[in-house]
Amino acid sequence: MYVAVKGGERAIDNAHAWLAEERRGDPSVAELSTAQIREQLALSVNRVMAEGSLYDPDLAALAIKQARGDLIEAVFLIRAYRTTLPRFGSSHPVDTAAMACDRRISATFKDLPGGQILGPTFDYTHRLLDFALAAEGLAPDAAPQAEADGSSVPHVTGFLAREDLIQTEPDGPAIPRDLTREPLDFPADRPLRLQALTRGDEGFVLSLAYSTQRGYGKNHPFVGELRIGTVPVEMDIPELGFSIDIGEVVLTECETVNQFTGSKTEPPQFTRGYGLVFGQTERKAISMALVDRALRWEELGEDNSGAPAQDVEFVLYHADNVQATGFLEHIKLPHYVDFQSELELIRRLRAEAMASSRQEAAE
Amino acid sequence: MSVTDPTAARRDRLSVLAKAPAERLRALWSDHMAQSPDHDLIRPPEIGTVMVRGRAGATGAPFNLGEMTVTRCSVRLATGTVGHGHVQGRYREAARIAALIDALSEDGQGDALDTAILAPLRAEALARKTARATRAAATKVEFFTMVRGD
Repeated sequence: MYVAVKGGERAIDNAHAWLAEERRGDPSVAELSTAQIREQLALSVNRVMAEGSLYDPDLAALAIKQARGDLIEAVFLIRAYRTTLPRFGSSHPVDTAAMACDRRISATFKDLPGGQILGPTFDYTHRLLDFALAAEGLAPDAAPQAEADGSSVPHVTGFLAREDLIQTEPDGPAIPRDLTREPLDFPADRPLRLQALTRGDEGFVLSLAYSTQRGYGKNHPFVGELRIGTVPVEMDIPELGFSIDIGEVVLTECETVNQFTGSKTEPPQFTRGYGLVFGQTERKAISMALVDRALRWEELGEDNSGAPAQDVEFVLYHADNVQATGFLEHIKLPHYVDFQSELELIRRLRAEAMASSRQEAAE
Repeated sequence: MSVTDPTAARRDRLSVLAKAPAERLRALWSDHMAQSPDHDLIRPPEIGTVMVRGRAGATGAPFNLGEMTVTRCSVRLATGTVGHGHVQGRYREAARIAALIDALSEDGQGDALDTAILAPLRAEALARKTARATRAAATKVEFFTMVRGD
């Protein structure tokens, strides 16, 4: 039996009005503009763009403001907005070798062409609260500048590939599967897995990556290279008959160099994991590369140790925080009828149980 | 910047316009043109997305990285010349301006528009890029070997 109930409209309207008031906070404190969020909470904006799967810093900043800083709620808002837009097409695969790097480090080679570029990093900070930031109106000193020699910054894996020390990445279908257009279906090839990971929840992907480091599907990663910077996005324009740069995006790329595979016919080679994420998002990109590598056990002829990070269905079905939130949070919504039937059932079971125990006692 | 091949010139122009900050494009346009030339909107400004792709391991199989917002517009001038504009983000007016600049450039006004609008946009883009590149260069690590004293 399904009983439709109606009500609570006034309560809902009033709750939303109060939400708006709470969102604003104390009106004697200046209101936060979306431009301030975009510029000063840039790493939150980057996370919302990455997990929302939509590169638009202004929209991400608006979503963060609307969501009162709840980043998963902001990702949800971005995903919902994205579905209202037509898609004009797809870009050529971005050329990350040509990235204008803000940051580029390698944990495997000290001296390498292009050098170790630290960029604006939290690394090597002391993690002491800086109370000077609590005082307003203090502009930081301008960052030092040095002459940029314009030399190219080649991929580290390219050096290893030249000596055949690392596996070459196989090509794949020119049009990759798209889990925003078709339901997630298994077996999931690597392009589909990479799409799921790059938009997956940072916390979830981080924890899985950490689990591989602690031994659940260990794959001995070195960060061959981590780079952050700007790349142009090129797309064919049908009405023109040629391609143009349609814009540019900041990306974080991580390439890991992992322990070997080899066989009777192939000498040992390093293997690779790959992370590529919108914005300056290096924790996520490194995590993605580790989980990507763990999920490749089958094609690399490794054993499945039963580790969560090796289980493609487990990883892909649980990486998406909007799906997870939707299913998790729906259980707080009214389930009065469901619960009523459970309540009747348990009363009946208890009544029967008590009746039979009374009968046993009487006998 | 002189580009002789007409397709290369148009490609360069449209790429510069697509990446230009929308407000700056509008300002340069209104400084140069007192009013927009007569035109029909073949395709009114439309906001949509482009799926950005990457490659597994930077060199392998393409995969879908995520979408970006893009606004596009196509115009036809009174002379019949058609222009197409695309800009990153959600900027209807900038897309219309980009399409008009494209059409007018195809209509023989390329040099004047290049001087007034495209050259400043290129210079400013280069300045932004250089500002980041020089800061990055200042964070390049110079290793030195510690010599053990006896």
